[in-house]
Amino acid sequence: MKYSFEITDKNILHGIAAAPGITIAKAFLYSKEVESVDKTTITDVEEAKHNLTFAIEKSKKELNKIFNLAIDKLGEQRAAIFEAQIMILEDPYLLDKLFSRIEEEKLNPEFIVHDEITKYQNMLNSSAEDYLKERANDIGDIKNRLIKNLKNKQWKSRIQNDVIVIAELITPADTVLFTRVNVKGYITNFGGLTSHAAILARSLNIPAVLGVHDSTARIKDDDIIIIDGFHGTIIINPTIDQLNYYGNKISKLTQLDNELMTLKNEKAITKDGIEIIIQANLDIDEELVFVEQKGAQGIGLLRTEQFFNVLDNIPDEVFQLGFYKKISESIYPNKLTIRAFDIGGDKFLPYDVKEPNPMLGWRGIRFLLDHPQLFKSQLKAILRASINGNIQFMIPMVSSLDEIIATKNYLDECKVELRSENISFDENIKFGVMIEIPSAALMIKEFSKYVDFFSVGTNDLIQYLLACDRGNEIVNQLYQEFHPAVLRVLDFMVSEAKKVNKPISICGEMASDKFAVPFLVGIGFKFLSMNASSIPFIKKIVRNLSIDSCQKLANECLNLSSEKEILDNIESYFKKNIEQDIEKIFS
Amino acid sequence: MIEKKVTIVNKAGIHVRPAASIVKLAAKYKSEFVIYRDGLSINGKSIIGVMTLTAAQGTTLKLTFDGTDEKEAAEEITNYFERGFDEI
Repeated sequence: MKYSFEITDKNILHGIAAAPGITIAKAFLYSKEVESVDKTTITDVEEAKHNLTFAIEKSKKELNKIFNLAIDKLGEQRAAIFEAQIMILEDPYLLDKLFSRIEEEKLNPEFIVHDEITKYQNMLNSSAEDYLKERANDIGDIKNRLIKNLKNKQWKSRIQNDVIVIAELITPADTVLFTRVNVKGYITNFGGLTSHAAILARSLNIPAVLGVHDSTARIKDDDIIIIDGFHGTIIINPTIDQLNYYGNKISKLTQLDNELMTLKNEKAITKDGIEIIIQANLDIDEELVFVEQKGAQGIGLLRTEQFFNVLDNIPDEVFQLGFYKKISESIYPNKLTIRAFDIGGDKFLPYDVKEPNPMLGWRGIRFLLDHPQLFKSQLKAILRASINGNIQFMIPMVSSLDEIIATKNYLDECKVELRSENISFDENIKFGVMIEIPSAALMIKEFSKYVDFFSVGTNDLIQYLLACDRGNEIVNQLYQEFHPAVLRVLDFMVSEAKKVNKPISICGEMASDKFAVPFLVGIGFKFLSMNASSIPFIKKIVRNLSIDSCQKLANECLNLSSEKEILDNIESYFKKNIEQDIEKIFS
Repeated sequence: MIEKKVTIVNKAGIHVRPAASIVKLAAKYKSEFVIYRDGLSINGKSIIGVMTLTAAQGTTLKLTFDGTDEKEAAEEITNYFERGFDEI
């Protein structure tokens, strides 16, 4: 790597290269620090009061939803806190105070809410009892929710176009919000490669550098920033030399991009004629345009839980139907694989259930089977959307056969109900399972009696196999995609699926890792699904491979005993077999 | 106006659930309802106030009821306190 300037320059910060690309733009600090609520005077009291009413109503709506769900699952006792929070939002004495203070003091509602509710928190915090301090947190929750809803209204108008967002942490919901204002890049203090925000940034083709610990402290609004999402480097207020260097790089990249785009309508066929089907992962409608643009052969993974972000709500059957239909029609005759809501873990549990270990807790199919109504509304929407015959359906986080059988029963129930209403659907709709849990990886043979296909989610599989939280910066170096055990499990699954003659695809991040692709092809994966922006590049790689050499590489790797040995081996394979121009991107 | 003295008898004190119930009971009546503790007074119809009361087991409180239906209000609410919020 040659830089025309010193890499140790003081205006350079380093983080995790979370989404590739290089961009130069102005910085925008996205601060969600509730404690730093500004105190500003207002001129329009009526507007401020209206905004507060809006925020109260929105918060109440959110909490009502949470409360109803919580009663079902947690029982009335534990759900009481949500009811109390709703009551606080209806507390005549508190509301009266908030509104009259806005009128009298002519200050912004965020400040008044913060100031007034903090008083109660402080009273509780001054107590010696722990449980009372916890109650202060409950009251703090309400305060934060109100302030968040007051601010949300503002954010939409406050974020400028074409900026690089700098934040402590970006939630998936934020990422979605940002897509609406054409954000050019993301920099965060926390978060890793496989955080959901990073995945979204990659699929939206937006460069991101995460885990830059002091980014919010070092960068000010309107600083000029260069993000190098390939190397995880950011430059604050670049010198002329630095600007020239990266300007030059950007134009080279554009050229390469254009070259790759010529592959759009070409298939991913190895040099010896084996076709690999390359599909796109999709989170939100906004990405649909990339699916076509990047030449995907269908959608291998539609993550439906994004509804919670965009709508802040669980949509009903009719809404879902419209959404699934729109997507399946736009890619017809290519296939659309819809994954049932993967709620829980690090992903938007619709209510604030505090689990000691959420990644091992109530998520995916476990959550769905506990909420039959929610699950059935999704099953029916998928069935009804399937009339063109290009939709298949799968469930996340399967750990045992019972979950598959229970799901099949619900599916059959939904089919019977639809038939009795004379609503048509694809009678032969294919049903599959995600393999993310090691126990499921070992059960392919048994599962195959009930399912039509398998799809491997490598991110979760790796973290469960290695008992390593991919979102935890302290241990995330233990999260090794090329750990020998990971490769062996993948190999085992492909050969098991082959024995029972059921298709198996890979839809985790690994499918878009250039180093992983020769190995995956070598052990026999024929379907790869990835974020759309990676597709042209992976196509190019596949077109440079030969099955023979991949199989040889795979066999070698399966006999090595450390990630380092494996990566060294793959690297030398690349040097021998892959065209030089591919390397250009990474230099 | 009616004045009552009550002692918190349940183990957990006025936690979230009883706080909500007290306010709900009070809302049924037109009468003003005030809770006093160590010179501090809070409106018994304000959930955030009652939640902040920090009344643990053994605390003695003074309750006042004032209005047309004060008798009924005093009876039902005092009774709820004396039952230890149905937690004993």
